[in-house]
Amino acid sequence: MDPQAAKMIGAGIACIGMGGAGVGVGTIFGHYLAAALRNPSAAQGQFANLIFGFAVTEALGIFSLLIALLLLFAL
Amino acid sequence: MDPIHQFEIKNLLPIARIGGVEIAFTNSALFMLIALALIVLLMLGATSSRALVPGRLQAVAEMSYEFVATTLRSTAGPEGMKFFPLVFSLFMFILVLNVIGIIPYTFTVTSHIVITVALALLVFFTVVIYGFWKHGLHFFKLWVPSGIPIYILPLVTFIEVLSFLSRPVSHSVRLFANMLAGHITLKVFGGFVTMLGALGFLGWLGAIIPLGLTVALTALELLVALLQAYVFAILTCIYLSDAIHAGH
Repeated sequence: MDPQAAKMIGAGIACIGMGGAGVGVGTIFGHYLAAALRNPSAAQGQFANLIFGFAVTEALGIFSLLIALLLLFAL
Repeated sequence: MDPIHQFEIKNLLPIARIGGVEIAFTNSALFMLIALALIVLLMLGATSSRALVPGRLQAVAEMSYEFVATTLRSTAGPEGMKFFPLVFSLFMFILVLNVIGIIPYTFTVTSHIVITVALALLVFFTVVIYGFWKHGLHFFKLWVPSGIPIYILPLVTFIEVLSFLSRPVSHSVRLFANMLAGHITLKVFGGFVTMLGALGFLGWLGAIIPLGLTVALTALELLVALLQAYVFAILTCIYLSDAIHAGH
């Protein structure tokens, strides 16, 4: 296979990993919203935890995007 | 239409060559100085009058101070306030650099991994050095959780050490990759506008859609810029909290 084509296919495959991060981030915000509607007074206190969970989850998706970007532009 | 072109570092003012390494005043350094000047002007300008009822500028400065102080106090406790200057400087520096980067034709300093790794390693070594200075060898208890059965303790410790060592990686790559990906997306959508516009009148009609999306994405990028500065600051607080309360 042409190495350039293999690189492009690899970048595309690497981006699939971002779907997992999408599921994770959606779960975090969905559950936060569900809990916040049940008990709105406690919601504000958990905002820092929400952002922390979001950041940790999002990092994994960003890693796969990084692999794709490296394949496309750097390697 | 190379979307990577916007991240190119240009030498504005060559300074010296030391052993094949070129040292120059680059556009990255220029934008860091602009950010620094903006922060200093904001803080000095806001605190010069020190009115009891704050004006707009003073309210911005007080809100940013209160925001970082509340975050630090709630995550690292009152003891963490001795690290307030570090966290506040990191937060304001990254925030201003991110927001400047959204303006067209400017350079986004935080989209370079050299910068974010330097900032993340600063936090990492602050945590390690302060942790060992304060707790001595008890700092190792951070990686050995209590109440774990002895036969899986080595495995848990190994995972804890590994996660501790990967912190600077995720800390820096998150900021860098968010900025890089956001700006590439903006550039790609901007490219769609010119590509469709080259087709003639119907192309211009079609180009309205990517143009609108570019505007919407710019708003999203503003949110990401604020959020990533906050995330960087709050992760710094959480890591510092580990150094202050090791062994919990």
